[in-house]
Amino acid sequence: MAMIAAEAEPTYLDNENTIASWLLTKDHKRIALMFLASITAFFFVGGFAATLIRLHLATPNGLLQPSMYNRMFTMHGVIMVWFFLIPSIPTTLGNFLIPLMIGAHDLAFPRINLMSWYVFNLSGLVLLYALIMGGVDTGWTFYTPYSTSFSNGYVFAAALAVFVNGFSSIMTGLNFVVTIHRLRAPGMTWDRLPLFIWGIYSVSIVMLLATPVLAMDTLLLAVERFVGTGMFDPLRGGDPLLWQHMFWFYSHPAVYIMILPAMGLVSELIACYARRPIFGYSGMTIAMMAIAILSFFVWAHHMFVAGISIYSAILFSLTTFFVAVPSAIKVFNWTVSLHKGAIIFDAPMLYALGFVLLFTIGGVTGLMLATLGVDVPVHDTYFVIAHFHYIMVGATVSAFFGGVHFWWPKMTGRHYPEAWARFAAILAFAGFNLTFFPQYILGNLGMPRRYYTYPAEWQSWNLLSSAGASILAVAYALPLFYLGWSLFYGKRADPNPWRATGLEWLTPSPPPKDNFEHTPTVLIGPYSYDPESDRYTTQDGVSHA
Amino acid sequence: MYQWLPFWPPISSKQGIVVDDLVIAEVVVSTLIVLTVFGMMVTFCVRYRRGSQASRAHLMRKTWRIEIGWTVATLIAFLALFAWGADIYAWLFRSPPGDIEIYIVGKQWMWKVQHPGGQREINALHVPTGKTIRLVFASQDVVHSFFIPAFRIKHDVVPGTNETLWFKADQPGVYRFECTQYCGDQHATMTGEVTVMTPSDYEHWLTDQGVGQSLAEQGESLFRQYGCSGCHGPNSTVHAPSLNGLYGGLVHLQDGSVRRADEAYLRDCILEPRTFTVAGYPPVMPNFSGQIGEDDLMKLIAYIQSLAHRSASWR
Repeated sequence: MAMIAAEAEPTYLDNENTIASWLLTKDHKRIALMFLASITAFFFVGGFAATLIRLHLATPNGLLQPSMYNRMFTMHGVIMVWFFLIPSIPTTLGNFLIPLMIGAHDLAFPRINLMSWYVFNLSGLVLLYALIMGGVDTGWTFYTPYSTSFSNGYVFAAALAVFVNGFSSIMTGLNFVVTIHRLRAPGMTWDRLPLFIWGIYSVSIVMLLATPVLAMDTLLLAVERFVGTGMFDPLRGGDPLLWQHMFWFYSHPAVYIMILPAMGLVSELIACYARRPIFGYSGMTIAMMAIAILSFFVWAHHMFVAGISIYSAILFSLTTFFVAVPSAIKVFNWTVSLHKGAIIFDAPMLYALGFVLLFTIGGVTGLMLATLGVDVPVHDTYFVIAHFHYIMVGATVSAFFGGVHFWWPKMTGRHYPEAWARFAAILAFAGFNLTFFPQYILGNLGMPRRYYTYPAEWQSWNLLSSAGASILAVAYALPLFYLGWSLFYGKRADPNPWRATGLEWLTPSPPPKDNFEHTPTVLIGPYSYDPESDRYTTQDGVSHA
Repeated sequence: MYQWLPFWPPISSKQGIVVDDLVIAEVVVSTLIVLTVFGMMVTFCVRYRRGSQASRAHLMRKTWRIEIGWTVATLIAFLALFAWGADIYAWLFRSPPGDIEIYIVGKQWMWKVQHPGGQREINALHVPTGKTIRLVFASQDVVHSFFIPAFRIKHDVVPGTNETLWFKADQPGVYRFECTQYCGDQHATMTGEVTVMTPSDYEHWLTDQGVGQSLAEQGESLFRQYGCSGCHGPNSTVHAPSLNGLYGGLVHLQDGSVRRADEAYLRDCILEPRTFTVAGYPPVMPNFSGQIGEDDLMKLIAYIQSLAHRSASWR
């Protein structure tokens, strides 16, 4: 045994195997897997709530009690936003890949990284407490004065959970910013960073700046609910709109926290499977930073019918159109990145192409919502539900699944079964559209969100949507089985099974505990794929056939 | 106008047509964008699939010209849509003087409607065609939102202030209205029907309701009951601002600001008079915050509005 160990350096997975070696690990790769386990668990809890919602809405009168239905959509929103989507790509793939992609041995603050995981799970336990004790029925937006004076749910516990959860976000964001600034390998200049790192960098800045505001919001909400400070209560000189401003000041940037890492990730997939450089690398980086900055100046577009002044509505509509410009540029650049490629349609690429299409549909409907005159009728209807699910689920979750498949060999040392994975990717795309496209039509017909009952003439659209949801559920559950299977029976992976160019592919799959035997030196930018000769050059400057 | 479109909601107001022109324009633009992206993607995916014979020579490497090109193009297109939408919005949310003003109080979970003639209904609203209807809202508890899909109008009803919406219905019929801001357990049942009638049918309907005291008359008796008339009445000796001709005009306040005397202002002045002291008057009016319910407030406001009309005719 000792001799074998001397020959091959043990991987990060099997260098120690006690429970304590996992729970006290400071290895970013192990912490990434622990985050993956946590958010997967929450994904299925949130998904369970979604399943109940769609089952309920299949018929006009439903099967749940109204109070139960209201608790379900609230829990679905809270769990999916704070316990799945926001941490999804950064804490798992980001955590795993940042040091590998920039040629570092770990994150800058390994202990803070571990603490972030514990804080995250602590907040999850508080939330589950709220859920088990009787749930919350305010919607994930906690609008006052309903949440402070009228709701009889566990608002305090839920607000506390979100408050604690925010610290996990802040710690992770801080860690990533410092790591990307300080720990890049020699030669890894800013203009040679992979776009995934740029996506994570921009999102980390948003997390650092926006999440403290969420902490203030939830604290004030909890205090108002507990001791009645009157901050948001018009009877005591407060203002309900103050809550909405403060809440959206965080929660709109939060939408970009969900999408920016996905944008970076998909750029990696498209370049690798199209076998050509990404079109407009610097345009892509500028667009991501522009989105990160502009995301702070658009929050009141959630309040166009809330009673803000006409002038501020016009201002926020304008800034929203501005933030749409860099998003549009990214869509064009991804599409043109296929031009003259040598495209391979493996599962990660199918997810990436699905991402671009669904993001485009979500984006153009976002433009409609940004247009003041159009927002008035569709605001707070299913049109909005469809729009943000196209962005958050259609785009972000597609990218996340694509990324998990793409880096699965690197994380586990095993190949996933390609045919099953392609099947799941196509199924997810079909199921997604069937679920959410009818909701655009329902919204335009005037079906408001958060309704447990609706007129019978809207049933066929709701039934279609519920049918699509059942397909989507299968597509999202499938990877659990075949990826689980591949852990034991999957084909062993080479260091670089996809012939990709990033530094993470220079080290064995799975990597050793310290990532690299020798710190690599970076000579060129990412994405040196040549579709004409079918050669590619990794970032250390070595050309491969 | 757009009734031939499949899966399209009914349109029954002037607003509906104006808004739908823009909605349709945006649907067309959006479809074109999505089809362009989809078309390019499919074309490239087929033509440049791995193993195809298409030439990969002369890959585009200098890209900034193209990028600046489509940045500017999207920006211009976006600004045009923005301007169109902002124009409609300002028109939708700046209510003109109404031919008929109807007062609506939202509470968990019903809409209480009061007509100027004193007629009341719950979760129902009767209006004539061809008249500018102005709705004045208040909420008694949480944030609600009033939405008539067929008229394409919506506004949140936030507690602590008055909000207004206006419309001009043109097609007689029965249409749905609903609450669109989540307000608790029975949010989904906070719906009702707006019945649009021809003006003559509307007159019949009004008389069939049994005419009692008008809203302004009810407000006048409340005006005496709450002791307002002691200072603001015609024979008062107290130095208090006259309410004749007040509604709709501009008021100079003690702190130097100027406010239009609309419903929200009158409401603020009744509830928190010390915060809105009129220039040249002592701050002596007692605070009525928490003393007067939303229904009574609306009656008082209706009465003060009627004084505006009265004084105008005296001149």
